Formats: sequence, structure tokens, C-alpha cells
Amino acid sequence: MSGNIPADLKFTESDEWIRVEGNEATIGVSDYAQEQLNDIVYVELPDVGAEYKKGDTFGVVESVKAASDMHMPVSGTITAVNEALEDAPETVNSDPYGAGWFVKITLANPSELAGLMDAAAYAKYLEGRE
Amino acid sequence: MTEPLIYELSSPGRCGVLLPELDVPETALPEGLLRDDLDLPEVSEVQVIRHFVKLSTLNYSIDKGFYPLGSCTMKYNPKVNEDAARLPGLAGLHPLVDEQDAQGALAMMYHLQGWLAEIAGFAGCSLQPAAGAQGEFAGLLMIRAYHLDRGDTKRTRILIPNSAHGTNPASVTMAGFEAVELPSDENGDVDLEALRVACDDTVAGMMITVPSTLGLFEVHLPEVIELVHACGGLMYMDGANMNAMMGVLKPGEIGFDVQHYNLHKTFSTPHGGGGPGSGPVAVNEKLLPFLPGPIAGVVEEASGDDEAPLYGWVMPEKSIGRLKAFHGNFGMIIRAFTYIRIHGGTGLKAVSQYAVLNANYLLSQLRDTYTVPHDRFCGHEFVIEGHWKDAPGVHALDISKRLMDYGLHPPTNYFPLIVPEALMIEPTETEPKETLDAFVEVMKTIAREAHEDPELLHSAPHVTPVGRVDEVLAAKQLALCCVPIPDWSARTELKTDLA
Repeated sequence: MSGNIPADLKFTESDEWIRVEGNEATIGVSDYAQEQLNDIVYVELPDVGAEYKKGDTFGVVESVKAASDMHMPVSGTITAVNEALEDAPETVNSDPYGAGWFVKITLANPSELAGLMDAAAYAKYLEGRE
Repeated sequence: MTEPLIYELSSPGRCGVLLPELDVPETALPEGLLRDDLDLPEVSEVQVIRHFVKLSTLNYSIDKGFYPLGSCTMKYNPKVNEDAARLPGLAGLHPLVDEQDAQGALAMMYHLQGWLAEIAGFAGCSLQPAAGAQGEFAGLLMIRAYHLDRGDTKRTRILIPNSAHGTNPASVTMAGFEAVELPSDENGDVDLEALRVACDDTVAGMMITVPSTLGLFEVHLPEVIELVHACGGLMYMDGANMNAMMGVLKPGEIGFDVQHYNLHKTFSTPHGGGGPGSGPVAVNEKLLPFLPGPIAGVVEEASGDDEAPLYGWVMPEKSIGRLKAFHGNFGMIIRAFTYIRIHGGTGLKAVSQYAVLNANYLLSQLRDTYTVPHDRFCGHEFVIEGHWKDAPGVHALDISKRLMDYGLHPPTNYFPLIVPEALMIEPTETEPKETLDAFVEVMKTIAREAHEDPELLHSAPHVTPVGRVDEVLAAKQLALCCVPIPDWSARTELKTDLA
């Protein structure tokens, strides 16, 4: 039930993933999270330029079941948001690690990455939640 | 069976009433208000009556059957409440009438304020908030005003356990605070260690629902209150679940500073389409000067034992101000007054005892069939999980939909969020044992069906006028079917007239 967990990503306990490329990173929600949320009908995204600390709420994802906050895996500044989700929020369900990304950021403090789970740790974490 | 919209029944020129001859001088409407079209259905009286009677038979209500919608306290609404609210002297009272001509209404409000303060062990109460969430908002504004009044400006955070009502963080944000979520421990109680870490001099207060949305009485409550008070914060109790505690526990006496009530839950005023809410807010001495006002008060003591005092509107000294036009949802105030007056102290205590007994009885009957995430004595409600490992593909939603086939209102599903596939069940005290047993029987039948014939659940409901709705489409495509509202901004003549 833990879904697809790509090996090159890091994960949070609140089910966000982060893909790091140099000082830039892309953030979204895991396959497990989209599965739990069920059909996603609305995504609220932050403004480009907004600065957040690790753990801050930067957006909201709303499904037919519930509305959930999105939390920053690490501190950073928003450099891009996935505007396509405005019209097609269901992309998060169909392609959570690809076209369903939420925001891109520049990292404020790359050392925070060390505190996140890798794919293996996240898989184990999800097993414990079952 | 479906029923067309009343607009679809319309036929040009048809009229339901015969208007009498004009017997006053005719005055033309202002130019800017005139229009040629009037988008109202043209139907006869019998069409109107049949249309709405048919719709009412399609509806589900507490008068029709069991309504175990957790968190909502869908208890029976006694008809005597309706009698009281329809008394001509109350129903016909204009909200702007002079105080001396509304003494009865003011006396009722004054006494209800006193009773609500007494039931929860507080010093005072305002009936203004229009619903629970506005009560929360009022409480938070008072906490804010209290700290600012002391010259303490660094308290910007409100702590909220993750088992809280969803309105709590929303109210916190509306009041200008930052909501800080606290995790629950493995028993569903507040994680004391996390609370200890979060407590500092930026904490304005903590909001907690007792019993929690898991239906559990917070076992660490004394420690929680002590920790928050020790760092200078105030304690807000979300009183939405007060139906579990009347006559048993007074939040004000164990250290809470403020709480709201939901008259439309605990005190049997109609809700869920049946009427507006009402969320009075009660406070201790510390917050008394900040109550939203005006509130009903005695402005002149009675001159003798047989005389009534003179009631009037009183503005608390440092009031956060007015929250609602006129005087709160007055119709609900009359109904709650009636309910409390009829039950008395002993009766209200029995209400809570039976509410808790009924919930624990249901829990005891369902725990072998359904997973209970936190299996211990519950308050007035409890949460079970609507899924089984050996019935893959069956979800809480399917169970809820199947319940409708058996003529029962589903429980609350997917709330609280911290329980997977949550089904939150609140029977209330007004249900007899036969109803509870019938519900248990159906829940067990559905569990069996989930394993033997899951398609029955997936395609449910089968007997309702509308089957399973497409929730994704409904959430994404907001199609309103009535005629578009005219663009009033274009009618500049009117603005000129009024200026």
C-alpha cells in the first residue's frame, strides 16, 4: 500500500518529497499521500518569492475527503509554482513525482536535507503506519 | 423519484395568489430600481405545496431516523422548543424595540447567560456569537485583548492538538495568531513532551477540545493546563463536545479561561439545514471585561421581592466589541433557554450520562467487527476504522453509502484526519436501545457484505433518489442552475438617487 517510492528523492514524515539538484529543489507529495487523499480537486500554491522555514505551511491540497496543509521539507525561497495544477489538480493523483510537482525552491540551508528520510527509510516509515 | 426544479414548473402568467386592490396611494419606484424582468417561477399554490412536500419526503432528518453524525450532536430537537420560539411576544419582537418594551426577552437572555456560565463554571457569558466558529473567534480575540491590555505584545502563537476540530486552526488564523499543531501520543492524548517544548513566552494560549474529536477524555488535562498557564498562556476549551460533560465536569473550575458552547448541539436547537447556529462564549474573571457586547444585564435592581429588576444592554468595560448585528441568533437563544429550563440541573446531568452510556454501548457492540484505534472508555462519541485488510478496496465511504440503503444516516467519515478511514459515531442520549441495536445489526451486516459481496458497497446507495454522486465533478465544476444575478454595479442611477 506504500505505492511507488523513487530512490532519488527524500521524504518528510508529512509525506512531501523533495528532489535536489544543486542549490535548487522541487517539492511535491508522495504517491502514498495522493493515494490516501483520494481524488484531489484543488491545490493552493504560494507566491513566487515567498520565503519559508522548514516545517512552514506553504500550500493546501484539497481532496474529496479532506484538506491538508503542505509543509516545507527544508527552508527556502519559492522560485516557481506548478500553475498547471490550478486547472488540473488531478495531475497530483496521476503523476505525483512528475507533472504533479508543487513548487521549486532555492535552498536556504542545505544542511537541513540530512534530517530527511531517504527512499528506504520512508518505505519503512510507511510500513509502520499501516 | 426525482422532482424538477421549481423554475422548471413555471408557466408564463400563472399566479399562486390573487392580490387585493391597491388601497394606498401609488408611488413610483426610483428609476434605477425598475426592470422589465423578474426571475421568479410562475406557479400555482398547489404546485408550490406539492413541490416542497415532495422535497421534504426526499430529505433525511432527525425526525425521520437515526443520525449518528459524529461531532455534530444530532440529538432530537424537542417540539416544545418550537412552541416557545413561536410565542407571539417573542417571535414578533422587533430587535430595535426599546429596552423597556423587551424586558421579557432581555430577562431570558440574562438568565441564559447566567446558566451557561454556571454549567461550565465560568463568571460570565455573551450570547452574541452566531455559531461555534464565531465563538472560537470571540474567545481568541479576548485572549489577544487580555495580553495586549497587560502590555504583553510577544504572544503570537496558539497551540492546538492534532485531534482538534478543523475550525480551531482557522479561527486562530482569522484572529491573527499563528497556529502551532501538537502531536498526539499513542493513546490519542496530547504529547506532553511536545507541549513542554512548545511552551514559551510567545504562547498566547492553547485551544483544546474535551472530549477530543477521537471521543476521548484527555487524561493529561491537569498537566496540560498547568504547563500552559505556567508559560503565561490562557486555556481555551472548545465546548462543542459539552454534551459529554454537563453536570459532571465544569471546565472553568479546572482552570480553563474561556470556552464556547454550541447551542445547536448541546442544547438541542435545530441544525444541519434546520436553523442557524449559536455559539455563546463563557469566560472566567480574567476575561470578563473583554466579552463581546452588549450583553444583557440588570441596570436597576428590583425594588421589592415580588418585583422584577430592570434589564438592559450593558457593554463590558474593555469589550472586544460587537460580533453580530442585533443580539445573536435570538430564536436559538429561546430554544436553548427552554431546553435548560425543562431539564434543570439533574436533567442536564442525565443528558450527558446517557449520551456517554449510549456511545460506550455502541462501541462495545462494534469493537469485534471494526478496528477501534484507541480502544478505551469513550465520551459521547467514538471513532472506528472503516476498512479491513481482508476486504481490499472497501473504504469508509462505501460503508457510509451502504448505510443509506438501510435507511440510516451515515456517521461522519474521514474525520478526524489522524485516523485512517475514520468513521465517527455519535448516537446522542435521545436514542432508545432498540435504535442502537438496529444500527449495530446493520453495521455487522455491512461488514459481512464488505467481505462477501463488496460490489454491493461500491455501488451503494441503491434506494436513495440520487445514487452515488461524482464528488470530484461536484467539487470542481461549480454549476449553479438558477438565473444569473443581475449586475447591480451597472445601475448607477440608484447610487445617485441614494447619494
